[in-house]
Amino acid sequence: MKTYQKNDVVRIELVLNGQRRSGTCESRTLLSDFLRHELGATGTHVGCEHGVCGACTVRVDGVASRTCLSLAVQAEGRSIETVEGLNREQARGQEGLSDLQEAFRRNHALQCGFCTAGILMSSADYLARKPDPSEQEVREMLSGHLCRCTGYTNIVKAVMETAVARLGRPVGATPAADQPGHAGVEVGIGVEVEAAAQSKLVSA
Amino acid sequence: MKPQAFDYARPDNAAEAVALLADAGEDARILAGGQSLMAVLNLRLAQPSVLIDISRVPDLDYVRPDAGMLAIGAAATQGSVEWRAGLAAEVPLLAQAFPHISHFQIRNRGTVCGSIAHADPSAELPLCLLALGGQVVLRSRAGRRTVAADDFFQGMLMTARRPDELVEEVRYPLAEPGLRYAFEEFAGRHGDFALCAVAAVVRPDGIRLAVGGVSDRPRVKSWACLSRTDLDAAINDFAWELGARDDHHASAKFRRQLVRHMGRTAIDKAMS
Repeated sequence: MKTYQKNDVVRIELVLNGQRRSGTCESRTLLSDFLRHELGATGTHVGCEHGVCGACTVRVDGVASRTCLSLAVQAEGRSIETVEGLNREQARGQEGLSDLQEAFRRNHALQCGFCTAGILMSSADYLARKPDPSEQEVREMLSGHLCRCTGYTNIVKAVMETAVARLGRPVGATPAADQPGHAGVEVGIGVEVEAAAQSKLVSA
Repeated sequence: MKPQAFDYARPDNAAEAVALLADAGEDARILAGGQSLMAVLNLRLAQPSVLIDISRVPDLDYVRPDAGMLAIGAAATQGSVEWRAGLAAEVPLLAQAFPHISHFQIRNRGTVCGSIAHADPSAELPLCLLALGGQVVLRSRAGRRTVAADDFFQGMLMTARRPDELVEEVRYPLAEPGLRYAFEEFAGRHGDFALCAVAAVVRPDGIRLAVGGVSDRPRVKSWACLSRTDLDAAINDFAWELGARDDHHASAKFRRQLVRHMGRTAIDKAMS
């Protein structure tokens, strides 16, 4: 059994984006505050602090959840992934963004960006579990996040486009391809050629 | 928006958890998923002296069919039930209700037993438990007792749980052949608290309709097979019995209309 007395300052250790990190906190310290103030991982934003807005969402052992509704001491020994680590495994593109982040940029799925880190972490978990979601399912997943400037249309587009691209389908399968300069940027010409070849086969 | 200071304990097993609960007295709170409790702590609506964190207790983290019921342990998240392959065959009503329960990110961490223990009158999991005639297993240092859902929910955030008891397990009856299930909900926005939620269970010999979000707790009513007109009248009587009140979300009249309309819709959906 582990016990911490109130007002005691204790040191806890966790894995942040693949690195072992430690810091001090009290039993009442929220995980969101611990990540930002103690570990300096300020990519995770804090909005409402009572579980409504979703800005502080990170992945805890892979699972997207709100850090404002979690204590730092509960994260002891766990693996935490934040937006800073999103491109760790699949960095590509000019700025080392992940495919999901690239899709957000391409689709103008953010404006002020305050909500974006949380949305990215939720989407990363969701797409890992549900690689082929419907638009309705993506909207349901996004309902746990409040965005007050861009609106959700482009966010939905970006998530759907990422899903489609990861499945190796042409970007044309998403509505984003209807806009100039959008089609084929991420998945490359090869996929488009393949799609064209397939459609030729069908028409023949 | 920060919690008041508290002592924190993370027991290794359920026996330790109930022992701590007995020793700590009425000021102690069980912390499982924390998706309701942490918000309440952040707003300082509750200021417990001790938090007993059971979220990592291995012998409470299970979901398994057991004697005709789906048994869900106190540390099992809603997500672990929702993403269970075959849930739609095991407990079809839960599979229909899950998309309405708050949000993906909350269900990932929130627990089923926590929602039952919290007993919010608009919550979907208590409503489904009542509609299906499920059970709640309560454990204290003295032992265990099983309470029927009918007797467990007693009022606004009030249950039959005693202060030294842990909601150790919740049991949802598995689907029975010949029974049909339907769930309907109306909320201001998707994932918000339900203004009205209904769960219908249709048997060859009768209908059971449960309503949440209208009364101070989920309520249920059973009827033998009725003609369409008689059923509408019966649902209307039920709508009035629920004692809906006006609040800043909706009027009592609107809530009664929701019960009439959605009750009928759910029963038709289950029968179709």
